[in-house]
Amino acid sequence: MDENIIKIDSVRFYWSKKSSFKIFVPNFEINKGEKVLLLGESGSGKTTLLSLICGFLNPLSGSISINGSTINKLSSKTKDEHRADNIGIIFQQFNLLPYANVIDNIVLPLYFSKVRSANVTNQRESALNLCKQLRLPDDIDQYKASSLSVGQQQRVAVARALIGNPSLVIADEPTSSLDTDAQQIFLDLMFEQISNNKSTLLMVSHDRSLAERFDRLIDINEVLTRED
Amino acid sequence: MLLKLSLSSLYARLVTAGMTVIAISFSLMLYMSVEKLRTSAYTSFTDTISQTDLIIGARASSVQLMLYSVFRIGNATNNITWESYLDVLNKEEVDWAVPISLGDSHKGFRVMGTNKDFFARYKYRGGQSINIDKGYLFEDLYDVVLGAGVAEKLGYDIDTPLIVAHGLQSFSEHDDQPFRVSGILEKTGTPVDNTVIVSLAAIEAIHVDWSTGAKIPGQETPIEEIRKMDLTPKNITAALIGVKSKLTIFNLQRWINEYPEEAMTAILPGAALQELWRVVGVVENLLLGISIVVIFTTLIGMTAIMFSSLSERRREMAIWRAMGASPRTVVGLLMLEAIFISVLSILLSVILLFFSLSILQPWIDYNYGILVNVEMLSLRDMYVFMTFIFASILVSLLPAIRAYWFSINDGMTIKI
Repeated sequence: MDENIIKIDSVRFYWSKKSSFKIFVPNFEINKGEKVLLLGESGSGKTTLLSLICGFLNPLSGSISINGSTINKLSSKTKDEHRADNIGIIFQQFNLLPYANVIDNIVLPLYFSKVRSANVTNQRESALNLCKQLRLPDDIDQYKASSLSVGQQQRVAVARALIGNPSLVIADEPTSSLDTDAQQIFLDLMFEQISNNKSTLLMVSHDRSLAERFDRLIDINEVLTRED
Repeated sequence: MLLKLSLSSLYARLVTAGMTVIAISFSLMLYMSVEKLRTSAYTSFTDTISQTDLIIGARASSVQLMLYSVFRIGNATNNITWESYLDVLNKEEVDWAVPISLGDSHKGFRVMGTNKDFFARYKYRGGQSINIDKGYLFEDLYDVVLGAGVAEKLGYDIDTPLIVAHGLQSFSEHDDQPFRVSGILEKTGTPVDNTVIVSLAAIEAIHVDWSTGAKIPGQETPIEEIRKMDLTPKNITAALIGVKSKLTIFNLQRWINEYPEEAMTAILPGAALQELWRVVGVVENLLLGISIVVIFTTLIGMTAIMFSSLSERRREMAIWRAMGASPRTVVGLLMLEAIFISVLSILLSVILLFFSLSILQPWIDYNYGILVNVEMLSLRDMYVFMTFIFASILVSLLPAIRAYWFSINDGMTIKI
């Protein structure tokens, strides 16, 4: 069995030939269970790299393998299913469908992934359980997503990313909209849950001070080269 | 789950979605009410006269004969003689006949001479009879019966005296022989409402001292003497005919058209009304055209609203994608929304239509003589609804395709 959850080999990507933004990723690997912090300034290509890993974008050449399958060889339908099965995603902010209630937001990935929903016997119960472990209020199921504070919303997003035990969690600057205290609480809770789940974490940030929590720190400039 | 979330997404945009639904349902209602009025006007028009098998008059086109004998528009080219009328009446196929004499007027309303049979035989709207609202049918020579419209517009009541003018726009009046209102008819929504009805004998009586359209100078027969005279008409303008058996209509019609002693025409009222409607119906088609344009405009409006909501929903679509939804699912959600909006609009428009029609029906009937049928939706309406839903799916494709590109290209990079 492959020990790499992410394995990128000689990947080249650009939007169009005229575009000044062209990137090349010679080799990038993350092992199962690792917690990796990817550091980089905005505009450095972090988000493009994440989009490639999640299968939103297709590389022009090279291969991207996630949890053993080469996703750039998959059909777009299988790729979407593969994403639903394997990856939990946490955005910077506005993670939730504002009109839906908290529980519906959390169980949403299960709707698209048979694998993850098979891991959950009672969807509502495990959503509530995750909420409890993330120190969300007991009556969280009474709330609409839009009525939560930003910190609470981010924690609900963690619950959503973790429900059904996906093997990889990708977080794109999840703490950037939180103040320092809330950041620490959020990270504590997220790490606790990710460790419980034995998931791999790839988190993107520009904040070097977060490094001590992670197994590995990678600078984006070491991963990819810009071909301008 | 998807349906539930799609509905709650729509619910979250209640004001925009609600306004769209209201706009669409009003334009659909406009279309349907024009359509209902159009078909009802057609039925009311072609039902102006019913259960009369033939109308006879002097040789003329069928539309012209119809116009002057039933609608009292225009003039007869000629009269037919009483003898010819009796010849027709005595044909064995003929069940009944009602003579009509036209030519005079009262304050712009046509005066029609006929006999009491007219009230029993003239039917409209598939067999409804004319009923008397006040007073009684003419008993005396100088009694008149007014149509509801005449009484209302002139403010006449029972016993109001009136003078009949000679011709239609004439200054010479039959002022030597004043009439009196004996009865007023109920509203019918037919030209009868605007007719002043007298007996045939009365028409004869007021023309005793007249010859070829002018009063004979110096001659003035006293009323007492006129009452004693034989007032059987010499001429009539037209006659309504009913036959014993429908099978004989065409034979009788041919016999009348070929009547050797006088040039006469017999027409089938139904056919003539249809012919006439082809002329009048153009306006209705125009209205229909306008309401179809209104529906198209609303559809375009719906697309515009969907487009403008796309930018604010881009975030939402990115979340769907991140959860593993395919671009097709995202497009499907948008189209589901369009379908939901149009179905909701259709329901609302039907409710609005029936609500407003049931309120307005008596008013429309009273003022315009059009009986709008507030019945179930026709098959044609169903076709319109299906077409509309199909059209709304089609127009929602445009914003959906844009959403498709957004969801393919956005990935993790979401601009808000």
